[in-house]
Amino acid sequence: MDKAVSTDKLTKRFGDFVATNEITFDVAQGEIFGFLGANGAGKTTAIRMLCGLLKPTSGSATIAGFDVYRQTEQIKQVIGYMSQRFSLYEDLTVRENIRFYGGIYGLPKTELRRKADEIIQTLELGTVADKLVASLPLGWKQRLAFSVALVHDPRIVFLDEPTGGVDPITRRQFWDMIYEAANRGTTIFVTTHYMDEAEYCNRVSIMVDGRIKALDTPAAMKQAFGVDSMDGVFQILARGTSTK
Amino acid sequence: MYRIQFIIEKEFRQIFRNKVLLRMMLAAPMMQLILLSLAANFEVKDLNIAVVDQDHTTYAQRLTGKFRFIGNFRFVGYLPAYKQAYRELQAGTVDLVMVVPGHFERDLTRDNKAQVQLMVNAIDGSKAGIALGYAQTILRDFNEAIRTEAMGVIPAGRVQIDVENQYWYNPQLDYKTFMVPGILFELLLIVGGMISALNIVREKEIGTQEQLNVTPIRKHEFILGKLTPFVVIGLVQFTMGLILGKLAFNIPVVGSPLLIYGFALLFLILCVGIGLLISTISETQQQAMFAVFFMMVLFILLSGLFSSTENMPQWAQYLNIINPLRYIIEAGRNVMLKGSTLQDMQIQFLSLSGMVIGVLALASFRYRKTV
Ligand SMILES: Nc1ncnc2c1ncn2[C@@H]1O[C@H](COP(=O)(O)OP(=O)(O)OP(=O)(O)O)[C@@H](O)[C@H]1O
Ligand SMILES: [Mg+2]
Repeated sequence: MDKAVSTDKLTKRFGDFVATNEITFDVAQGEIFGFLGANGAGKTTAIRMLCGLLKPTSGSATIAGFDVYRQTEQIKQVIGYMSQRFSLYEDLTVRENIRFYGGIYGLPKTELRRKADEIIQTLELGTVADKLVASLPLGWKQRLAFSVALVHDPRIVFLDEPTGGVDPITRRQFWDMIYEAANRGTTIFVTTHYMDEAEYCNRVSIMVDGRIKALDTPAAMKQAFGVDSMDGVFQILARGTSTK
Repeated sequence: MYRIQFIIEKEFRQIFRNKVLLRMMLAAPMMQLILLSLAANFEVKDLNIAVVDQDHTTYAQRLTGKFRFIGNFRFVGYLPAYKQAYRELQAGTVDLVMVVPGHFERDLTRDNKAQVQLMVNAIDGSKAGIALGYAQTILRDFNEAIRTEAMGVIPAGRVQIDVENQYWYNPQLDYKTFMVPGILFELLLIVGGMISALNIVREKEIGTQEQLNVTPIRKHEFILGKLTPFVVIGLVQFTMGLILGKLAFNIPVVGSPLLIYGFALLFLILCVGIGLLISTISETQQQAMFAVFFMMVLFILLSGLFSSTENMPQWAQYLNIINPLRYIIEAGRNVMLKGSTLQDMQIQFLSLSGMVIGVLALASFRYRKTV
């Protein structure tokens, strides 16, 4: 019950194809959980089931104690989600995007203004606050999208490849933001392709072809596979080859 | 309900920021209203008429004379016989030939009854119909004139001229007056049905729909918030159309403006409902566009806006029972031009209301936050 996420043999089939195959894992509250896997491993499918966007085929899962079959609306109250596709409105300004999503989450108007000021200040977006989001560089957009996903102070936030296509410096800044959120008690569930980012997580799982092949802390995992980087672990598991 | 305002606000911001869309929704319909009303004008001018006079009497000449002084006709001269008349019609040099048979005057005075024959080139069916209609009106006038004259001379019975080619048409009808209300409502289909469907599907395409679906927003909040702006813009467009109709074509609103707006609102809600329904069955804007066009073309062709429905086959008539455009055009024309009341328009009102309920129920059933 203290688990932020808990799944048991959670499965999604698309016709004959099993995208997510009986995955079972727990994520503790306040944890930074890395959800790794190659392209097409089934990460997005799993996340979408956990967020109540996709009905599972079988198995069970709870998010903050809420059931993914029956309590999707309660789940939506307590989670934030940053999808793999960019999800802000390009034809709205920074401020308008914050106001819109905050409003949708039911924040009162005074709170909306406060939130907007706070986000704009933290992200140092003061000069572009009233510019259309379309005009921002990708890194800024991604950081803004993350802040917007946190606008209602969710207990758990799902980040689906938040740093895809972003330069290393911005990725660093992004991870600083993730740590700040985690320090405030938010559970982080994050997928990534960058193995250096996997090192920043408390625990990681590695998915291959719809199944979870390994789940542990980065240190324990490296030790178990006898390699010195997460990339080495990933090579062995996901690509079936060793870098050594 | 608190959340709805944020959706409405966002939609308006996006719409006003998209100048092309705005023009499509407000300026383009006004141009269409003017162009379509002018183009759909069935008034026919400069009809060439020739006469085959086989009677050579005063009455025959007076009848012929009638055609010389009517604006729509141009009297091109006498032809000696059928054969030439036929050739001229075929060549297209005349549009209408009136044959006054021998004994026309004699039959008219003796039997109170005579016949003339009208020949038209029916290649252009509607022009032929109109030409006949005009001619028939002239004959009727002539008929009236003689009857009054003849009262003293011929004590009993009625004087009557039969036209062999019976064809009813109403040449007095002003087509612009007739077209404008129809086009006004037809245009609402575009804002209400097409733009709204494309708008929702666009969010699916760019991915913001998924982001919305992961928020606690309720189905009805999304639907209301998303569709209200299009209803409002539709009403603005409708108002502009009414004003333009008045200024450009002097189209009156004889009936209650409240009733007209009531019908416009009802129809707009139906249109956005259809737009929402289409958006739930389309994954891309292309698909939505195709679905909207399919529906619009069907509605418009069957509605009788540009063609008459009476000659359509039975199945088309049945299909028309579920054609909302037909009902709204009937209601619009009758209320605007004849001043019909809600009582007169009961059938239209109830049919449209039924469709609104059906479409909205189906659309909200189909709209899912999960896939
Ligand atoms: N709606 C769907 N219908 C059919 N197949 C699907 C559907 N959604 C995903 N898939 C398939 O399921 C598999 C897993 O997809 P998923 O998007 O979960 O992978 P992923 O791990 O997120 O990959 P990536 O790193 O590329 O984002 C893929 O082969 C994909 O083609
Ligand atoms: Mg993915």
